[in-house]
Amino acid sequence: MGRLRTITRRTFLIGSAAVAGGVVFGTYLAKRPIKNPLLADLQEGEAAITPYVKIDATGVTLITPRADKGQGAYTMQARLIAEELDIDPANANLTPGMPGPAYYNGAVMEEGVPFPAYDQSAMAENVRKFMHVPAKLFAMQMTGGSSTVPDGFVKMRMAGAIARETLKETAAQQNGVARDQLNTEDGYVVLPNGTRIPYTELASAAATIEPITDVQLRPKSDWRFLGKPTQRLDMPAKCTGTEKYGIDLTIEGMVHAAVRANPGIGAELKSFDAAAAESMRGVQKVLPIKNGVAVIADNTWRAWRAANAIDITWAAGPYPASTDEIFKQIEQVVDSEEHRDHRQRDEGDVKAALDDGDIFEAVYKVPYLAHAPMEPMNAIVLVTDEQCEIWTGTQIPLFVRDHAAELTGLDKDKVFVYVQPMGGSFGHKLEDTHVIQAVEIAMAIKGTAVKLVWSREEDMTHDYLRPGAIAKGRGKVVDGKVDTLDLSVGQSALMADWFGRLMGITIPGPDATITTGSWDQPFAIPNYRVTGYRAPTMVPISSWRSVGASGNGFFHDSLLDELIHKAGADPLAERIRLCLDDTSRKVLEKVGEISDWDGPSLGENRGRGVSFCLSFGVPCAIVTEVTHTEGRIKIDKVFVVVDVGEVLDPVNLEAQVFGGVIFGMAHAMNCETTFENHGAQQNNYHAFRGMRLYQVPEFEVVALSNAKKIRGIGEPGVPPSAPSLGNAIFAATGQRIRELPFNKQIDFV
Amino acid sequence: MEITVNDNAYTIDVEPEMPLLWVLRDELGITGPKYGCGIAQCGACTVHVNGYAMRSCQLAVGDLGNREVRTIEGLGTPDSMHIVQEAWIEHQVAQCGYCQSGQIMQAASLLSTNPNPSDEQIDAAMSGNLCRCGTYPRIRTAVKAAAKKLQGS
Ligand code: FES
Ligand code: FES
Repeated sequence: MGRLRTITRRTFLIGSAAVAGGVVFGTYLAKRPIKNPLLADLQEGEAAITPYVKIDATGVTLITPRADKGQGAYTMQARLIAEELDIDPANANLTPGMPGPAYYNGAVMEEGVPFPAYDQSAMAENVRKFMHVPAKLFAMQMTGGSSTVPDGFVKMRMAGAIARETLKETAAQQNGVARDQLNTEDGYVVLPNGTRIPYTELASAAATIEPITDVQLRPKSDWRFLGKPTQRLDMPAKCTGTEKYGIDLTIEGMVHAAVRANPGIGAELKSFDAAAAESMRGVQKVLPIKNGVAVIADNTWRAWRAANAIDITWAAGPYPASTDEIFKQIEQVVDSEEHRDHRQRDEGDVKAALDDGDIFEAVYKVPYLAHAPMEPMNAIVLVTDEQCEIWTGTQIPLFVRDHAAELTGLDKDKVFVYVQPMGGSFGHKLEDTHVIQAVEIAMAIKGTAVKLVWSREEDMTHDYLRPGAIAKGRGKVVDGKVDTLDLSVGQSALMADWFGRLMGITIPGPDATITTGSWDQPFAIPNYRVTGYRAPTMVPISSWRSVGASGNGFFHDSLLDELIHKAGADPLAERIRLCLDDTSRKVLEKVGEISDWDGPSLGENRGRGVSFCLSFGVPCAIVTEVTHTEGRIKIDKVFVVVDVGEVLDPVNLEAQVFGGVIFGMAHAMNCETTFENHGAQQNNYHAFRGMRLYQVPEFEVVALSNAKKIRGIGEPGVPPSAPSLGNAIFAATGQRIRELPFNKQIDFV
Repeated sequence: MEITVNDNAYTIDVEPEMPLLWVLRDELGITGPKYGCGIAQCGACTVHVNGYAMRSCQLAVGDLGNREVRTIEGLGTPDSMHIVQEAWIEHQVAQCGYCQSGQIMQAASLLSTNPNPSDEQIDAAMSGNLCRCGTYPRIRTAVKAAAKKLQGS
């Protein structure tokens, strides 16, 4: 346990604080004890033990502050605590708690960056290496970057263990027995004579003693919940229509709102005529808001209908009007010294290698993409003179709070954000434009709650997109081996855009997301160079499931595949030969084993492609088998191998992996967001189809545990999915497609 | 106007062109059916009308006549689940879960008319239901498992 103690000391302190009727104690995730959000609503007689456990006479509450957007975060966090606390999570209450500094993402604290400190994390790399982090970032309670598990793995179990030992100590003192004579079992402390004392009965007394912080985490062999196939706690509600997402909530006396904001994102409203809308049934008010118009009505449909009846004149968007013009700007920066942003990989002598011989060159392109989770953006807001309450599904509750405080002029501690379960996000809910619109509307009708729901069209045309990018690849093969790989990637700076929007600051220095997923791959190629070029800020962009690696995974692996083909080598064997990381090599070997790999050909009109990407610290290899039938591609079977260090929930892991691969492949097949007259053209799912059941291949997923550090799995399946499909299409048809989506050049079944 | 939802009769005062989905959600507070697209492209709003799966976002409430509406709340409850819901739990289908009311209503409708569907029939019946989380492989498994249970019972 030596290693555990080191981690513990460095990342959080243990402390306690007395409160009325009890005490709160546990893992304070800071270098000093900070204000505990649980104290605010503690009742007489209640004791809150650690920021993650609260026990009172009515039961045990596990606080799971990382938002659940579908990845199973609530269940995972509850299990981490319960494993040590000795309680069946199914018998505990779960709550995301109130946002507060005590819940900030510990991975943030560890390195002082707003994202988990993984070597390969796009966000972390960017910030850690290149920028000074403003002090106020130190308290970010955010969900993102596949960080929930790595962040909580030690600290949430510690919270459970401290609570357990303190409850035991309380029982020990009350009964005159030594603590080490006691056991715990499903919410009870068990005395040597078999007497069972419920935790709930010990709670108030536990609040009066010194917390027991000298605890050891249980070895893996003793785990009851972790590492075992178990059922997600939210599953029954989600299968019976009883899960309440933000969009399903109602607040007493609530009215409904719709907005139409400028399709040229960020540009102003010039004028509007709402005469027709105002006379429609149920409409209570039409009001201008920042960059748009809002309608308040007595239900969602009436609000939307009225919003569509408003005649609006918009100012032109603050970026090039069309996709062609946007990509022209990106194209211009690639390989332009003036726009060079960073070069984090430069091995051998690429320049000399590319000076003579048979040089391979190719250009790759990925489109802008909307997040388009099934639940559109929504928020309920109630503003009074004294306070502001917000109910919304969000990955950034503290930013929401701060922005609402700024707009209303209220103190931050008068703004309350109640985080709701999310119907998907994929990074969409790392933004809060819709919440701030709702606050603006609520300020106009103080004392009445308002629920704003974006229509699908409003949502998809006001998304902050996955950036489009262009990459130029060059390379050379020598003696049947890949000798030189040179990749130049051009794209706008995602982190600068996001920070600018959320924090109003300009961050200096390079933006590593431009090359994350390509510069950091575990290969040894004699001459190996990856360079990022920065295009100007154009349409607003943001993090999209797997962030920088979503495009770079395609660029890097496609180029590597082409060079291997040129070398006449086997795609899998050559990747294995080039691989310099043990864990990654085993992942490649395993995918070969489970797919019975013996080359890309599978006979007439059939083929398979292998791909690899290391992202968020997780090596992921995929083999995809396709058939070319009547001019169409059918994806038959997909084999995926990952290594997350420690598999805490094999059932959910598998779902996250195939879900990530389907997400990546679906967009690669047929999705893009294009612009005309400054507006996004794809405003609903008819034009952004994704994958449908009949197109879904069979899956085989294997998770290895060779890696030393535990990792999250929400994102790593995405980056290698597009190239594995592209490589398979090449194997089956001889056609190499270098631009996404693939359906611009080939049809799918 | 009178409508029957999950065996309960309701009197509503709305425009006849108001989509059933919004009558259910905003007027009656029945939120199992979800809004995803409003244009028949996602299936999140699927309910049963006289036993058949329909997109409630496309059905003007005035056209409902005296047909009966069943939403996921009327299919089964956490304490007493429909066979399809049981299969969904057993195979841990849902991720964000937002599309699943629609998926389950679609699957239940399929199995009520065709208790032993082929793979192609499952694909055909279920392909109008979008899942952005990519739960499809387990949807397929769960539909088959539910069908098998139906055979056995
Ligand atoms: S909301 Fe009805 S099909 Fe999408
Ligand atoms: S489970 Fe999230 S959209 Fe289907």
